[in-house]
Amino acid sequence: MNTGSRALVWSVGMAALLCVVALVSAAIGPVRVPLPTVARAALNAVAVPTGAAFVVDSLSAFGASIPVPAVDLSYTYLFSLSVDSTHETIVRRIRLPRIVLGATVGFALATAGTVMQGFFRNSMADPSIIGVSSGAAVGAVATIALSISAPGGLQTAAFVGALLAAFAVYLIATEGGQTPVATLLLAGVAIQTFLGAVVSYLLLQAGESLDQALYWLMGRLHNATWGEVAATLPVAVVCFLALLAYARDMNVLLLGEDDAHTLGIEVERTKRLLLAVSSVVTAAAVAVAGVIGFVGLIVPHMMRLLVGPDHRILLPTSALAGGAFLVATDTLARSGPAELPVGIVTAALGAPFFLYLLRTREVHSL
Amino acid sequence: MNGRSESPLDSTADPLIAVEDVTVAYGDLDVLEGVSLSIERGEFVGLVGPNGAGKTTLLSAINGVANPDSGTVRVDGLPVAESPARAVSRRVATVPQDTTLAFDFSVEDVVAMGRTPYHDRLSADPDADGAVERALERTETAEFRDRSIRSLSGGERQRAVLARAFAQETPALVLDEPTASLDINHQVRTLDLVRDRVDTEGTAVLAAIHDLDLAARFCDRIAVLSDGDLLAVGSPDAVLTGDRLETAFDTATAVRSDPITGAPTVTPLSDRGETDLRVHVTGSGRTAARSIATLRRAGATVTAGVLPAGDVAAATAADLGVETVTAPPFEPVDDRTLAAIEADVAAADAVVVAGRVAPAVREVVGDGRPVVAVRSERDPERAVPGVGDIPADDGSAVGRDRGQSVAETATPLAVRETVTPPTVVDAVVEAAEQAVVADD
Repeated sequence: MNTGSRALVWSVGMAALLCVVALVSAAIGPVRVPLPTVARAALNAVAVPTGAAFVVDSLSAFGASIPVPAVDLSYTYLFSLSVDSTHETIVRRIRLPRIVLGATVGFALATAGTVMQGFFRNSMADPSIIGVSSGAAVGAVATIALSISAPGGLQTAAFVGALLAAFAVYLIATEGGQTPVATLLLAGVAIQTFLGAVVSYLLLQAGESLDQALYWLMGRLHNATWGEVAATLPVAVVCFLALLAYARDMNVLLLGEDDAHTLGIEVERTKRLLLAVSSVVTAAAVAVAGVIGFVGLIVPHMMRLLVGPDHRILLPTSALAGGAFLVATDTLARSGPAELPVGIVTAALGAPFFLYLLRTREVHSL
Repeated sequence: MNGRSESPLDSTADPLIAVEDVTVAYGDLDVLEGVSLSIERGEFVGLVGPNGAGKTTLLSAINGVANPDSGTVRVDGLPVAESPARAVSRRVATVPQDTTLAFDFSVEDVVAMGRTPYHDRLSADPDADGAVERALERTETAEFRDRSIRSLSGGERQRAVLARAFAQETPALVLDEPTASLDINHQVRTLDLVRDRVDTEGTAVLAAIHDLDLAARFCDRIAVLSDGDLLAVGSPDAVLTGDRLETAFDTATAVRSDPITGAPTVTPLSDRGETDLRVHVTGSGRTAARSIATLRRAGATVTAGVLPAGDVAAATAADLGVETVTAPPFEPVDDRTLAAIEADVAAADAVVVAGRVAPAVREVVGDGRPVVAVRSERDPERAVPGVGDIPADDGSAVGRDRGQSVAETATPLAVRETVTPPTVVDAVVEAAEQAVVADD
C-alpha cells in the first residue's frame, strides 16, 4: 500500500474514532441522553457557511477606536431532525461546544507536538517547548490578576502573550540567519523559567481573582462557547493544512539539517515557517483552553509507534487522535464527583507515560 | 581501474565540478585557503589528507552546505553559493559521513527522499517510483527495501544512503568517508558501486577517502589536502609518494605497488620520534632494512649505501624515499660507487652498519664517524660486523654463502655499540653524543 492510501485509511479511521468518542461523550453527563438522540442533535448542529460579508468592526482600546475588518459569515444548517428540545438544548448548547472545542484544542496541540518532535528530532519535545504556553499564561494571568480589560478579552491577551514569547525565544536563539535547534531549546527553557517567575508574581498580586487565575493555568474547557470554537477551529485547520503541505520536508529534516540541505530543502526558511505556524496553532489552543500539558507529547509519540515516522501519515492521524484523546480525557474530567480541570487529567495520565517512555525507549540526542 | 588516468587538458567543455580559489573560514581559522579543483564528467577523484585538513569543508562548499568566504564553486555551470538548495540538489548529491538515523524509516522511504528536489509542494514527482526502483536495483538494496533503516548493518545502511544519492540522479556526487567504519568487503563493494556509476553514467565524483590504498585503487585522480591547501592533484601513481604523504600527514610512509591491483599501496610507519640526527646506513638484508625503517620512523634523516641492488634493504630504502647508493651484488664495489657515499658518510652524525658489508665499503664508512653495529635479531650470536667476523671475503657488496667464515682481510671498525634493530635509535643518539663530547 503506498503512502497516500495508507495516510487516507489511517486518517479516516482516526476521524471515525473521534466522531465515536465525541458522540459517547455527548451522551455522558448528569442527564443521560440516548445515543441516537445525541446523533440527531449533533447533526442538527452541523452548519456550513453559505454567505460571507465583509464588515468593519471597531475595536476600542486605550480610549481610541480602531477599525478592524472582519468577515461576517451566515450559516445554513443542513439537517432538521426532530429531537426532544431539552435534550437538544443540553447537547447543542452545553455539551457540543465543549466537545468540539476540546477536539479542536487536542487537534491543535497534537499537530504542534508532532511538528515540534520532528523539528527537534526528539520524541520528547512538546508544543510548549519554545515558551508558547508560558507566554500565554503571562497574558492570561496578567489580565485576570490585574483586572485589565484588554481588547478581545482574556483569550486575545493569552494569544498575543504566547506569540510574543515564541518570537522572543526565536530572536534570542537566532544569530546570522541561523537558528540552531539546541540553542532554541535552551532559550525556550530560559524564557519559560523567566515567565514562570512572572506568573508566580502575578498570582501573588491576584488577590480575590487567584482562583480564576489558577483554574486557567490548570487548563479547562468548561463554559466553552460556539464563539470560542469559531475563533479556534479555523486557525487550527488552516495551520494544520499549511503544516501538512510541509510533511515531506519534515521527513527530510529528520535526516539532519545538512542532509536536508543537500536534498534541496531551504533549511532555515523551512524551520522558520514550521516554528511560526506551530506557535500560532499552539497559541490558539492555549488561549481558549489554558495550559493543557502532555497532549502534544503523548499523542504524537503513540501515533509514531503505530504508523511510523512519516509525517504524511503521522501528522493527520496524530491531529485527529489528539482531538479524540482530549475529548475523552475531558469527559473523564467532568464526569467525576467534582469536575476537575482537564489539564490535571491529561498530566496525571501523561506524566507516568512520559516516565515509561523515558525508561524504556531510547532518548535521542538533539 | 586506473585506465582513465588524467582528464584531457585540451577539453573545451567546462569541468562539471569547478572549485575556484575557494576560501572557507570558521571564525579566524581558514579551513580552506584558496583551493582550486576541477572534476570532469566520468571522473572519480579521491580526496585524501589528515583529519582536520578541510576535506569535509571542501565537500560542503561543493554541495552548498558551507558558503565560501571567497571564491566560487560551480556544478554543471551553476554557481552553488548563490543558488537555491533545490537547484543545487538537482546537480550534486551527497553521501554524508554519518548515516545513522534516529527514526524508523524503511529503506525505500529513505531512498525515496532522494527525490525531494523534484517534488512540488502539492504535486509529487512523476519519475519518483522509477528512479527509486533503479537506485534500489543498482545498489542491491531492493531485497531489504521494507526493512527499517535502523535494523541494517553499517554496510547495508551505507548502500541504502548511496541509493538515496543515486535516486537524486545528479551529474555530480560527493561522498564523505563512504568507507569509514565498514569492513573490507563492504568498503570494496561500496566503492565498486560508485566506480560503476562513474563509468556508466559519466557522473563526476569527489570522495573523501581515508584509506589511501582504496583511494589509489578506485580513483582516477587523487587530490591531497593538507591544512586547507591542495598539495597535489594527479594520478595515484604520481601523487602518492612517500615525500608528499609525509608532508601531508606528518608521518613517514612507505609507498609501493600492490602486486594484485597494481595500484600504489601506502604503509604508514607509525609515529615519528624526536630525533633530527643524520644517519648513514650500510649493510644488507633484513637487518639493514629494519634499521633504516626504524631510524626513519624516529625522524632521522637517513642516507644509505652501498647496498646490494635488489636486496630487501635497498627496496625498503627506496620505498621510504631514502637517498641510496646501490651496487650490483656479487661484484666488487667500484671506486665511483664508493666515492658516492663518502659525502653522505662525512655529513652523518653516526654510521650504522647492519648485516654484511664489503670490506671496501667498511673502510669508507669507518672513516672517523661514530659507528653503531647492528646484528640480526633472529640470530644474535652471528655476524656482528666490524668485530672481525664479517664474512664478505670476496670484495663484493654481499657474500654468497651465509655460512662463510671470518674474512681475514676485513678491517675492524671502531664500533661504539652492538645492538639489534629495535634499539638502533637509542644507540645512534648515544654514539653521536659521545662523538660530540670527544670532539670537544
